Amino acid sequence: MQPIKSDTRRAVTETDSAVSVRNVSKVYGDVQALKDLSLEFPRGELTSLLGPSGCGKTTLLKIIAGLLEPTSGQIEVNGAKVTGPGPDRSFVFQDFALLPWASVIRNVAFGLELRGVAKSEREAIAEKYIREVGLAGFEKKFPHQLSGGMRQRVGLARALSVNAQVLLLDEPFSAVDEQTRRKFQEDLLELVKTEKKTFIFVTHSIEEAVYVSDQIAILLPRPSRVSEIIRPSSFRDKSVDNIRRDPEYLDIVDRIWASLRSYVE
Amino acid sequence: MYVYGHKLPALSSLILWALLWEVVGRLGLTFFIPPFSEVLVTLVGLIPTPAFLNALFVTAYAFLAGVFFAIAIGIPVGILMGKNRILDELLLPWVNIFLSAPLTALVPVLMVLFGFGTRTVIITTALFAIWIIILNARAGVRQINRSLVEMARSFGASPMDAFVKVYFWAALPEILGGVRIGVIRAVKGVIIGQLLISIVGFGALFELYSSKFLMAEFWAVLTVLFGLAFALSEFLAYLERKVSYYAAAR
Amino acid sequence: MLKLLSALIVFGAWEIGGRIPVSYAFPTFIDSMAALARMTFDGSIFVAYAETLQPLVVGVLISAVVGIGLGLWIGLSKGFEWLFSPIFVVMQAAPLAALIPILVMVYGIGLTSKVFVVCIMAMPVIVLNTASAVRNTPASLKEMATSFLARDRDVLLKIILPAASPVIFSGLRLGVSAGFIGAILSELKITPTGVGDIITYSRSIADYPSMYAAIFSIILLAVIFLNLLEKLENVLFEGNNRGYAAD
Repeated sequence: MQPIKSDTRRAVTETDSAVSVRNVSKVYGDVQALKDLSLEFPRGELTSLLGPSGCGKTTLLKIIAGLLEPTSGQIEVNGAKVTGPGPDRSFVFQDFALLPWASVIRNVAFGLELRGVAKSEREAIAEKYIREVGLAGFEKKFPHQLSGGMRQRVGLARALSVNAQVLLLDEPFSAVDEQTRRKFQEDLLELVKTEKKTFIFVTHSIEEAVYVSDQIAILLPRPSRVSEIIRPSSFRDKSVDNIRRDPEYLDIVDRIWASLRSYVE
Repeated sequence: MYVYGHKLPALSSLILWALLWEVVGRLGLTFFIPPFSEVLVTLVGLIPTPAFLNALFVTAYAFLAGVFFAIAIGIPVGILMGKNRILDELLLPWVNIFLSAPLTALVPVLMVLFGFGTRTVIITTALFAIWIIILNARAGVRQINRSLVEMARSFGASPMDAFVKVYFWAALPEILGGVRIGVIRAVKGVIIGQLLISIVGFGALFELYSSKFLMAEFWAVLTVLFGLAFALSEFLAYLERKVSYYAAAR
Repeated sequence: MLKLLSALIVFGAWEIGGRIPVSYAFPTFIDSMAALARMTFDGSIFVAYAETLQPLVVGVLISAVVGIGLGLWIGLSKGFEWLFSPIFVVMQAAPLAALIPILVMVYGIGLTSKVFVVCIMAMPVIVLNTASAVRNTPASLKEMATSFLARDRDVLLKIILPAASPVIFSGLRLGVSAGFIGAILSELKITPTGVGDIITYSRSIADYPSMYAAIFSIILLAVIFLNLLEKLENVLFEGNNRGYAAD
């Protein structure tokens, strides 16, 4: 078993970062949500933001998305400073944020619709991604006719269809049941492999983070900061069925729990 | 609304509207709108007069009696409908019909049946208020969390205990919501009743003022009436908010 | 099945009450229905409704256009909310029927006054529903649109308006319901025309079956129309009404 590399900042700077977070702070009134937080997200990999509730992980994700403005510090995506939402990033929402009055295909194509892509073209693209997330045949259905898991697949297809380089996923599987969730995690691994995109994944599940991530950033609250960056090394190339039995997987899960335990009320 | 970082109170714009009223009145654009200040002065002079106090008393009496009957009949009927399926199916269509029906049309019937007096106004008021009270009490009982009912039973509560200690309180936010809307409807009912009968309470006052073109008096009474109605509805909304903390937590 | 039984019980009680009779002014159900049939066959009821529905339709249309416009404005702009929303909140709580005598003084006893009565009754609920529907657009949908680079116009047309339309529509339905009250009130209070004329006239000549028949018909008409609107609402906004994010 290889030793776990706990501080890989040096290693990361050698590789290429798709997203860089530089000294970001966020203050709400007199609450310090994020304090002087810096983090690199390697290109083509999946990085999890993991931490107890209230550690500011969703806030950080929304700042990267350009939905929130940092109080100080800056975000760079491919070297360009973030000033608002942009075509280089797309977002998958915790509560799906589907338009209840629109069919699956219109929901998936909505990002393209907003960009002014012609109807036939955007529907062709949407159909491709609907197939890719396994919803072929449901194009004409409406969100209320789908299960929670299927709704999030729609959200995922919508995020993929705009062909952004960076995908931001805000606890995407927290509103679906455990079995659907496992299937999602396996599909996500497949997606990271095939899509060659940078994924930033917020979760509060330790097992989920370790299972899907190339890199895990542990965020601790009060004041929010990155306490540790973990890069699992040995099991990433194993098949999806063997990861949960891997000794390194189990070690990392235990270790993260040991460091988070004291922050759980 | 914020101005230079200070939050303006919720209803502060009404001051602006009152000023506009004053300006329009001062300009003498129309005979029908006297300046607001004149209305206020008239109002102060008007309140102690026996005619006004009498109208207020008659109206308050009819209103309170109507609301009393609406609540005393409405809540038990609603709870029974929520608990008993047969009763529910028998009554629900009628409750729904009268909820959306233009009850104004019934006032002439009430007038020929019950005379041109306070009795008719009381019944009109109760008719305006009761249907929504029934419907909300019913909805309140029906939405009670099943596990709360099962909890009461598993701890061995008698039906009476379960009713008094669990059902009533669990349905209270909806019941109060219904009472609030019912009372607001009752205010409209009492005025509509008096207007159509036009020889009792404010209805008679309005008739008198408009026939003699006493505009300041008219607006003064109107201002009092609207103010009272608004204060009442805000007070009830406040009460409702006080119990709504557990409506959300159920 | 029980619905039928329930109707039978109520109409039966009406019939028996009329037979006793509980009051000289309480005709039987059958007499009233016969009067209604007579008015239907000689066409007088249609003439009456043509007159009654005029201020109702005009008033509701004006209220819908002005009310939705104002409501959107109030819902979108904090400044407008501060300025206008108290007016409509007070109007919603106040017995606006009391304004009728003044409307008659200003606009006389013609159609204008009646349209005004319908408007003041119908408008507040339309304005307040529209404004609160716009304000309560799910924040996550607006955020979603922003993250996919929507402009303000897109957010208004593609998110806020469709998300608000069920509540706006039910505001319209409540507005129509209040408009019915206003239309009848104005015919009974201002000048007896249309159905109000049948009610007032038949009361004055003690033709109670005709009076009850007219009242029965207007209530029936209002209830059927409002129920149809509700059905339409359920069909139009089927998926929208069921909260899809909550379950």
